[in-house]
Amino acid sequence: MLSVTDLEVCYGSISALRGVSFTIPQGSIVTLIGGNGAGKTTTLRTISGLLRAKSGTVNFLGEDITSLPAHKIVARGLSHVPEGRMVFSNLTVGENLSMGAYLLSDKAVIAKNRDYVFSIFPRMKERLKQTAGTLSGGEQQMLAIGRALMGNPKFLMLDEPSLGIAPRLISTIFEKIVEINRTHGITILLVEQNANLALEVSQHAYVLETGAIVMSGESKKLRADPQLKATYLGG
Amino acid sequence: MSLRFPPSPNSRHGTFRIRVYPCPSVVKNSGSPTIPVPRPHLYLLAALLVALGISQFSDRIDPYFLDVIIGIGINIILAVSLNLVNGYTGQFSLGHAGFMSVGAYLAAAVSLFLGPKILGEAGGTALQQGLMFLAALVAGGLGAAFAGLIVGVPSLRLKGDYLALVTLGFGEIIRVVFQNVEFLGGALGLNGIPAYTTIFWVLAFVALSVFVVTCLVHSTYGRGFLATHDDEIASESVGLNTTRYKIVAFVIGAFFAGTAGGLYGHFKMTITPTGFDFTKSIEIVVMVILGGMGNTLGVILAAILLTLLPELLRPIAEYRMIIYSLMLIILMLVRPQGLFNFKFGKAKL
Repeated sequence: MLSVTDLEVCYGSISALRGVSFTIPQGSIVTLIGGNGAGKTTTLRTISGLLRAKSGTVNFLGEDITSLPAHKIVARGLSHVPEGRMVFSNLTVGENLSMGAYLLSDKAVIAKNRDYVFSIFPRMKERLKQTAGTLSGGEQQMLAIGRALMGNPKFLMLDEPSLGIAPRLISTIFEKIVEINRTHGITILLVEQNANLALEVSQHAYVLETGAIVMSGESKKLRADPQLKATYLGG
Repeated sequence: MSLRFPPSPNSRHGTFRIRVYPCPSVVKNSGSPTIPVPRPHLYLLAALLVALGISQFSDRIDPYFLDVIIGIGINIILAVSLNLVNGYTGQFSLGHAGFMSVGAYLAAAVSLFLGPKILGEAGGTALQQGLMFLAALVAGGLGAAFAGLIVGVPSLRLKGDYLALVTLGFGEIIRVVFQNVEFLGGALGLNGIPAYTTIFWVLAFVALSVFVVTCLVHSTYGRGFLATHDDEIASESVGLNTTRYKIVAFVIGAFFAGTAGGLYGHFKMTITPTGFDFTKSIEIVVMVILGGMGNTLGVILAAILLTLLPELLRPIAEYRMIIYSLMLIILMLVRPQGLFNFKFGKAKL
């Protein structure tokens, strides 16, 4: 569904990605794990068009999207939930969700998507009229995911959904992520620092270290890998 | 392995409490963007009728008072249009006086150079003059909007301080250009501009600018301005073209600044480049901040207050600007969220 080939990205003279390649098959959950500064967020931002690649290609559903602007990439069904729960804090929950359907014009489809979001995150329905900035961290994350779902994505990229969220809510959110993938068939690329959790919900994993992929394989197998265990899973 | 975590002692599981952020100075608040405006077109029509009604009695109003009202009106147009850029869209522009001057010069040039040719020596009827003035104002507005486009397209990729500096630079460039163009009077400016500006035109354009800005930000399309303000990355990730939104806000803001400039020129009957220096831009920015960024009603009230204040302080002559500045400092300390921003007390939750 998505394939990234030899992606190189620089911030000024500092190289952040040094030839990253991976593929994501349709219907799967794939995770990208790695420490701070490994280039996880950079990878996502480059795929979604927020950053420009120096070289390499991003291919989505058979089309080269490397040089498309962000808003055109979203229109092709690739949605990015940015790191740090970036909701529109001055808009209400309902308005945030409507913004997610910005590129859709069919009211029936929008209503259907909205019901779908409510079925996954019932709390969003309760908080509909509340300003998004007053939601708790976990609720904001749900809203950010819900907003991305409003746009009918075929492919969802989640950047650190567990960041700064109460532990109990993290498990809820990860269960929802699996649910979105299973019931709606949305392919998911998950970026996480919490490697344990990420490997548990995904089928395939790539390990990123200082801008290059150093390890990849089935998530189950990686979880048993002694080296990975020592580095990311805490022994 | 199941999805389980040790409970954190700090997390209150299951209870979701709505938090009202206690410190207003750290909270970005953009008025009440969610209140729908019922039948805005009727309001515009009513406002235009009121303007027409008031203009019938304008010769009975004290001329000084009338001057002050016109000054207030022009400042409201400036502040409301800048609020679209600085408040709703969150792009800090310091070049509003620059756009105002483009409009002022262009409108004045139309009246001065094209007017006599079209209206003839006699000056035409009142209706002809009115249409002429409207054409001049629209020309001024479009000219300013074009300037907004020229400045906006390259500079709106910048953020915050950088954008402020670029727009400030633009304002100064415009001023220097007008100062050195002989055709437009150079440093002496343009004189003998026909006094077309009446209370009617000012009120009509106040109504129009408030109407356009209010309808825009309350529309589905216009939510994009607020979204751009709240978070650019999130906006892009749902498919908004934030650059286009910023440019649209900039161009519309510049258009109304241009018409305000046109009104100003035909009111004072003379314009000089120094009348549009950056202190004028700062004055408009202060109105927007004092009114509460992204709060049209507050910005209108602030524009009224800040125009009246120097007038009311006139009796104390040389201490006037000291008191004025002091009051600004106090107001900012006491109500950093905007003088007329009442949303916080009764948070809409």
